[in-house]
Amino acid sequence: MTEQILKGLLIDEQTELTLKDLSHACSCSAEWIIELVEHGAIEPLSFQQTQWRFSGNSLRRAQTAMRLQRDLGINLPGVALALDLLEQIESLESRLCQFENLHKL
Amino acid sequence: MDFKDYYEIMGVNKDASQDEIKRAYRKLARKYHPDVSKEADAEARFKEIGEAYEVLKDPEKRAAYDQLGSNWKAGQDFNPPPGWDAGFEFSGGGFTGSDNADYSDFFESLFGRGGFAAGAGAGRSYRTGGGGFNMRGQDHHAKILIDLEDAYTGASRAITLQAPEMDASGHVVNRTRTLNVKIPKGVKQGQRIRLSGQGAPGMGEAPAGDLYLEVEFKPHSIYRVDGHDVYLDLPLAPWEAALGAKVKVPTPSGALEVKIAKGTQAGRKMRLKGKGIPATTPGDLYVVAQVVLPEADTPEKEELYRKMEHSMSFNPRSKLGV
Repeated sequence: MTEQILKGLLIDEQTELTLKDLSHACSCSAEWIIELVEHGAIEPLSFQQTQWRFSGNSLRRAQTAMRLQRDLGINLPGVALALDLLEQIESLESRLCQFENLHKL
Repeated sequence: MDFKDYYEIMGVNKDASQDEIKRAYRKLARKYHPDVSKEADAEARFKEIGEAYEVLKDPEKRAAYDQLGSNWKAGQDFNPPPGWDAGFEFSGGGFTGSDNADYSDFFESLFGRGGFAAGAGAGRSYRTGGGGFNMRGQDHHAKILIDLEDAYTGASRAITLQAPEMDASGHVVNRTRTLNVKIPKGVKQGQRIRLSGQGAPGMGEAPAGDLYLEVEFKPHSIYRVDGHDVYLDLPLAPWEAALGAKVKVPTPSGALEVKIAKGTQAGRKMRLKGKGIPATTPGDLYVVAQVVLPEADTPEKEELYRKMEHSMSFNPRSKLGV
């Protein structure tokens, strides 16, 4: 057991990740990340820059994409659709939770 | 060690064709995939299904498993009979699943342990596949459970992680390590904390990989969290709601006094700006009014309610047209 307290970097909306960061964190090739972008599964913060930068949410989406493709054999257009639907479900469930709490009174 | 009935897990008959098994697996994998399913035991079920499929999809392993006999029942204490696998030739490897270090003891006693990529899960670190020589170590991933209050103030938490590792003799062993980690103020559900150099060691001169911790809040007894916003149901007495009042409201960063407007109806939301989870743009704390009726459990209280009934001409159902 170590007594040292490790300080990490919080990956939030403001954090900018490079293509290399993303491919390393997902243990996949940069080409696969580029394919994710081409299918609209993730988007760089700006397409104008010569070197793409991604937000923390792209890391989350890319990792989920990697697991969905690996475990369920979904192709990339399907992965992109699944990611959007999963986010929609998450947002609807959160609204439903607020709504139910409001009406349980 | 318990016997595992792989056919039961997959929901197929013992004489199911390979196609039927494949179809059953695909259906169950979609249902219980931890990224898709909201069921509490989804991750465990997904691993169990993966393990069952690993055996049943492979004609060699399936035949070896079948010859254990049909008298075994799931959960029954089991030890493989000596020489149980004599006469079976395994082609070795063949682990297409990527989480094979999380296969059960039952699986390992029969087929050994292949590879060493472990599965995801709270307090468990895992690798994300791939490999190579003379390169930076792999990034590891794990979940960390924190209290909502930790996100307000920041905290340091000790987490214990298990990661499979090769020992000197080439056996795969689970290494346990404890890390003290600083939880930064303002963290929200689902965000990652990157700890540089805490992943797998690098090959040769290359640096170690990173450890990504996915933050998850423990369910709270009074607050609900949505992004950086926090919600609280605030019970009010009927007279506080009707006449207005100043009431004490708990918040994760300490109690506050809040003014309740006259005529506050149940369900009314009051926003305490910036009192949610701190961030560059801090979240808000929403207080949702709840009107609680005192019980009419004494003649005096009953009389008070009767008095209200007679002196107020109030029809709560007027909007319903009755």
